Amino acid sequence: MSQIPEELRYATSHEWVRMEDDGNVYVGISDHAQDSLGDLVFVEPPEVGDEISTGDECGVVESVKAASDIYAPMSGEVIAVNENLEDSPELVNQDPYGDGWIYQLKPANKAEFDELLSADDYATTLEDDED
Amino acid sequence: MPYIPHTPDEVRSMLDTIGAESIEALFDEIPAHLKADKLDKLPEGRPEMEVLAQMGERAARDGQPLCFLGAGAYDHHVPAAVWELATRGEFYTAYTPYQAEASQGTLQTIYEFQTMMSRLTGMEVSNASVYDGASGLAEAVLMALRANRKSKSRRVLVPDAVNPRYRAAVESITSNQGVEQELVPFCTEAGQTLTDSLKPYEGDDYAALVVPQPNFFGSIEEVDALTNWAHEQNMLVIALVNPTALALLTPPGEWGQQGADIVVGEGQPLGCPISSGGPYFGFMCCTRKLVRQMPGRIIAKAEDTEGRTGYTMTLQAREQHIRRSKATSNICTNQGLAMTAATIHMALLGPEGLTNTAAQSHSKLNQLLDKLTAIDGVEKAFTAPGFHEAVIRLPKPAQAVVDALSEQNILAGYPLSQSYHGQDDQLLICATEKRTEDEMDRFANALQEVLQ
Repeated sequence: MSQIPEELRYATSHEWVRMEDDGNVYVGISDHAQDSLGDLVFVEPPEVGDEISTGDECGVVESVKAASDIYAPMSGEVIAVNENLEDSPELVNQDPYGDGWIYQLKPANKAEFDELLSADDYATTLEDDED
Repeated sequence: MPYIPHTPDEVRSMLDTIGAESIEALFDEIPAHLKADKLDKLPEGRPEMEVLAQMGERAARDGQPLCFLGAGAYDHHVPAAVWELATRGEFYTAYTPYQAEASQGTLQTIYEFQTMMSRLTGMEVSNASVYDGASGLAEAVLMALRANRKSKSRRVLVPDAVNPRYRAAVESITSNQGVEQELVPFCTEAGQTLTDSLKPYEGDDYAALVVPQPNFFGSIEEVDALTNWAHEQNMLVIALVNPTALALLTPPGEWGQQGADIVVGEGQPLGCPISSGGPYFGFMCCTRKLVRQMPGRIIAKAEDTEGRTGYTMTLQAREQHIRRSKATSNICTNQGLAMTAATIHMALLGPEGLTNTAAQSHSKLNQLLDKLTAIDGVEKAFTAPGFHEAVIRLPKPAQAVVDALSEQNILAGYPLSQSYHGQDDQLLICATEKRTEDEMDRFANALQEVLQ
């Protein structure tokens, strides 16, 4: 069973979002997503300064068996990317909700955060997928 | 077990399963007028002996012309050993093996090829080859659009001095993907692309600048200045190079401050005989930074669990069998046979042999130019230095001269009127290491007669 931390929000496309006190958010891919992809060999994050809209393809995660797009769970401006992933993409496998974060976003509309899935709802979508 | 994939019973059963009457019914949606009827203009089959006799007679009509024509394909000496080895059963396939790891010998050959091309171009990575130089340029343009994340445009700057057939191939392959080529004019005195001609595009958003070396007119471009200009404008640099010329010229990896980003070219001069329609091959190299945007196959050297060397296909995750419509390209293969010949060719020649070929070709061009420009009314069209091709200006339309000389079994060159307006009197000529002094004299004498 994959981990789905309570305090985070999720997109159906398997990204997680964490809201910080300053109103900015961290984005990564869920434990379920990293587990399905297998060992990551490369992460291509968006560029700092990119303006992205909800649902945009804004990066790629590449494993030994597949390359998948990362979609933007919220609109906003990319203000940081996780530089450590360049040399250590395995951080996403080892710690998807911590050191394996992919980029940081300054949301254009904070209300979008509340529209994302709660941990329980995300868990339900995963169960539905398995059916 | 009969080696027949589907028996009539199996076909019937499949049709019943999907509820179709017949195989023809599956193609109902194709309008009737588009379907080919019986090919009644094709003659009946004929005996092998008759066909051989007829083809032999047609081949003889082509003759063995004396070749001063280049324009993209070059008449270099190919040592007999090259194709003797390349056509051995172990190598004789046009494809990268799909059961890759089962074909270690082929994989090692590709790995050697990649190593040689990386060294020749001064780039970090080479792929296993692409279809030809022209489609390679189209792939490079698409790759630059993906890779240049500072650019939002679908436009690239392409000098008018790039081989016009390459520009046409780029147009057919990329125009339906919304890609625009902006033509950069060349200096009509120098026959070069000057950085001054790039001034109007300063500050505009283009994903890349193509830099040909040498350009279609044989002129050596000032690649350092062009490369630096493009990088200052946040454009990527696509080098389009002749591999033989690289034995003498600065490799694209060392152009300007940062070097070119992507390098492509036609591999034919490396061991493929000139032949209408090929098979030729393209090569494609890039910086390590861009490797994940490069189409085609890359073979890597690895170690197995016992520490033995093995070769393996790598970086496949972005190919179409995995990424479907989001793949970097529809290329999931390479030009295996021509690439094998090129690898053997380069191995036989070695760096010294390739440098000799290049140096002799260059020196033969200068000899040829001396002989031709000694004729009244014939002069060099451009002032820029060249490699083994140059444009001459004639006192008559070049097309008529070429036609007249072909009567004497001489391929005089490429009349620029076929691709450029207002250059009717210009002829692109070429000399390789194969051309002898006698042959050049024969050309010069014949030209003099035709011009009288």
